[in-house]
Amino acid sequence: MSRPISLLEPVTVLTRDECQTIAKRVLGFSTAQEARVVITASARGNSRFAVNQISTAGDNQDVSVVVRSVFGTRSGTASTNRLDDAGLRAVVAASEQLAKLSPEDPEYMPELEPQQYRESIGWSNGTAALDPAGRSAMIAKITDPARAAGLVSTGYLETRVTAQAIANSKGLFAYARDTDAVLTTTVRTADGQGSGWAGAASNDATTIDSAALGARAIEKARRSVNAVAIEPGRYTVVLEPTAVANLTQLIAGAIGARNADEGRSFFTKAGGGNKIGEKIVDERVTLSSDPFDAATPGPVFTGDGLPTKPITWVENGVVRALNYDRYWAKKQGKEPTGAAVGFGAASLKMSGGSETLESLIAGVQRGLLVTRFWYIRPVDPRTILYTGLTRDGTFLIENGKVTRPVRNLRFNESPIFMLNNIEGMGRPERVSASESGNAGAAIVVPPLRVRDFTFTSMSEAV
Amino acid sequence: MDRSRREFLRTSSAAAAGAALVASGRLAQAQSAAARMARLGHGDPAAQATIAIALEAARAAGASYADARVSLSRTQNVFTRERRVQGLVDNETLGVGVRVLVDGAWGFAATSDLRADAVARVARQAVAQAKATRGAGRRPVTLAPTPGNQKGTWRSAIQVDPFTVPVEDKVALLLAANEAALKVPQARFVTSSMFFLKDEKTYGNTEGTLVEQTIFRAQPSVNVTAVSKDFRDFQTRQSNDIQPMGRGYEHVTEAKLVENAPRWADEAVQKLSAKPVEVGRYDLVLHPTHLWLTIHESVAHPTELDRAMGYEANYAGTSFVFPPEKVLGSLQFGSPLMNIDADRSQPGSLAACGWDDDGVVPERFDIVKDGVFVDYQTTREQALWLSDYYRKRGMPVRSHGCSYAQSWADVQFQRMPNVNLRPGTKDLSWDDLIAATDRGIAIIGDGSFSIDQQRFNAQFGGQLFYEIKGGKVVGMLKDVAYQIRTPDFWKALDMLGGPKSYQLGGAFGDGKGQPAQSNSVSHGCVPTRHKQINVINTGRQA
Repeated sequence: MSRPISLLEPVTVLTRDECQTIAKRVLGFSTAQEARVVITASARGNSRFAVNQISTAGDNQDVSVVVRSVFGTRSGTASTNRLDDAGLRAVVAASEQLAKLSPEDPEYMPELEPQQYRESIGWSNGTAALDPAGRSAMIAKITDPARAAGLVSTGYLETRVTAQAIANSKGLFAYARDTDAVLTTTVRTADGQGSGWAGAASNDATTIDSAALGARAIEKARRSVNAVAIEPGRYTVVLEPTAVANLTQLIAGAIGARNADEGRSFFTKAGGGNKIGEKIVDERVTLSSDPFDAATPGPVFTGDGLPTKPITWVENGVVRALNYDRYWAKKQGKEPTGAAVGFGAASLKMSGGSETLESLIAGVQRGLLVTRFWYIRPVDPRTILYTGLTRDGTFLIENGKVTRPVRNLRFNESPIFMLNNIEGMGRPERVSASESGNAGAAIVVPPLRVRDFTFTSMSEAV
Repeated sequence: MDRSRREFLRTSSAAAAGAALVASGRLAQAQSAAARMARLGHGDPAAQATIAIALEAARAAGASYADARVSLSRTQNVFTRERRVQGLVDNETLGVGVRVLVDGAWGFAATSDLRADAVARVARQAVAQAKATRGAGRRPVTLAPTPGNQKGTWRSAIQVDPFTVPVEDKVALLLAANEAALKVPQARFVTSSMFFLKDEKTYGNTEGTLVEQTIFRAQPSVNVTAVSKDFRDFQTRQSNDIQPMGRGYEHVTEAKLVENAPRWADEAVQKLSAKPVEVGRYDLVLHPTHLWLTIHESVAHPTELDRAMGYEANYAGTSFVFPPEKVLGSLQFGSPLMNIDADRSQPGSLAACGWDDDGVVPERFDIVKDGVFVDYQTTREQALWLSDYYRKRGMPVRSHGCSYAQSWADVQFQRMPNVNLRPGTKDLSWDDLIAATDRGIAIIGDGSFSIDQQRFNAQFGGQLFYEIKGGKVVGMLKDVAYQIRTPDFWKALDMLGGPKSYQLGGAFGDGKGQPAQSNSVSHGCVPTRHKQINVINTGRQA
């Protein structure tokens, strides 16, 4: 075989017509009062590399069909990946059986009537056409220079091609397809004393410059050798965009209106109610989700079929929106927010400034430059306080210049405190901010200079 | 199982021909093939035939080794809040994953399309992919020898198949537990859930192994939130004294959710008025429902050989237990009281199985003996890396059986088995450890956790924290987290419970690999005491 056959050709992702056909078959088998079907066809290609060579690669494809059936206010959900009549009949029957066994739901919301949707802007033919040989070629632009430099490169390249459709028994139908690509690399020195990371994410794999990523990681690995220990404490930090995204995206996990209204969220107002209208962070900070912004393509419908729309969560430091699902919106007399929370996460964009990374560094008397954070886990939901560590490129800044590598540090900090302590902002850019390097929601944030960032202990880990 | 390869092929070519007739386009999932797979399970020739097709196609395309996994995985989720069922969800997924070696390079491809021609195509694609991966000067993958021609079946030791229990009973039990919790004043919110998995997996390889396994897992849980009257504080109690297990519905019944719910609710409410901890050094007395996670992060992960060798550097990280030739048999990991073993045969444990995803029968082995590090977790690919050490010690060079993939769609790689802290020789209990402690903190249940990429520096929270003074619990604390340097923490171990205090904790969501895969693993342990550990206060004002 001369050239690998790719599973990732666009033809293997279900078209709108194909999804409609499956949806009709499913709804045709339904005996429920209301039914909803969500079809997700996905193809994933990935190549891993370690010790300067590809260690494993994989391609898989799958189609899942999720059916929700409703009798009265009772509902049940079942899913399958079998598309034959027997499989679809079985999944409909399973969901109907569960529905009948379910108690009445006091929070039942009827299925939506047909809606108008905009087209998804997240599709790239370049991503869909990238095959294993193409992935290998991108990776070689990292592994070859690393090997030549006597360094050890490790990393991961993933592409995802997804088509998703939703339909219900009231005639609602929506279809969208999109692509994602992410490439991350960690380059280490052969003695394990230096480590540097670089990463990028895009809907279009052809815009990822693997050679440039490799060069950045190589440079960081070299510069991070012989790190010195510094005392933990409060430092002024320059956070590269990935580090900013690592923390800022955590706010999205707390953005639900219901938890806030119920008194169990950072967004709960002391005495009751929620913080909409309150200033919570620096006035230069605006946080938004816009699935139709070319910088942050996102899902065009929610899990229950609502069309998504641009949302400003925080405007000039003030909370403008929390996420209301359909039930909570009705109960509180609000409009449902239409954010794709929990259904292919919503994208996130943060405002920025005009500084460069260099000028942010130049403004620091004594502080730290942080490449990224790692193993970030919740500590206290009352303040969105998380802990985690710096990793793969942490440097001391003295008198406006990066002077030497330092040992990694553990932080206990909240993105809320971080965004209150901003001293300078750079230009926003798209980053790969998932710890695992998997493709995920688009996130665009600036580099920041932040005062009083709290580190609580030192780590010997390189 | 006794059918010959020739018979498999005859069946499969006929199926392939049939499938070709009806297969016109992506949507035409051949009904004959699908119907053939519909009742796939133990002893089903269809799964075995699918594996034979994959292996033959891989070999014909040039693979020197191939294995294939067909899996029918079913899960059920029941989740509630207060007086409402939030979801009843059944999931089912069926597919095949084919892994091949060509010139010492791996290839892997997987599909949910089980028509014979699609299965053969995916096997050829795995081969093509291995060919795209191999390159000049690469170090070839070689596999440690293992007895081939493994045949048989294995099934989790369960009493009640959760999928045979009526869903109404499950719902009723959860709603009753919620009701019991809500009777406690200030316990304002309660969620509860049950999760069940049944994975019917058939594995075959080109060395003649063909085995079938049915794996069950179950997790019931309750989570109570108490909110202060002035809306300035809220606290939660997760029921993680009930741990996920590789058991059936009997695990749910024995968990006594309704009986325990008021206690969990009480504890959530007590946390509202607990005393904020003063920072400093304390002797920590750690309950098995808490300690399992500390073992998972600080012992089980750093002793994975692929991490130590740099294969996971881009995500999960590397390891301080490195380099192998300098640490094996000599690194002082902890105090002489510390004995860590790995065991995939423990009944009811999450990682229990008959064969790993390399087709290897897992063995029990020591990782830390009397405080000294003695072995890593390995797969067939990795065992040979330690040949010199094993020969020197007079140990066989063989895989420890730690290969695992989360689903048919994912490639298998090294995942931890159950990694356990062995009990001490004295018959000490949790209460004995507290009684022997003058100034300390007792921690129950796992909470917040974070550890660096070489597993040196970690921070752990918990569910419940109790102040110990003069051998007695004197009150509840809150906002407690402790920070450790792994070897120092384990060297500070000076007391541990006896055999009667041994219990299994564990997790469904152990993440590793790229794409990230989830592993299910138990950790057996006893209560421990660690001297003079650094404790911080995590409470801040927003």
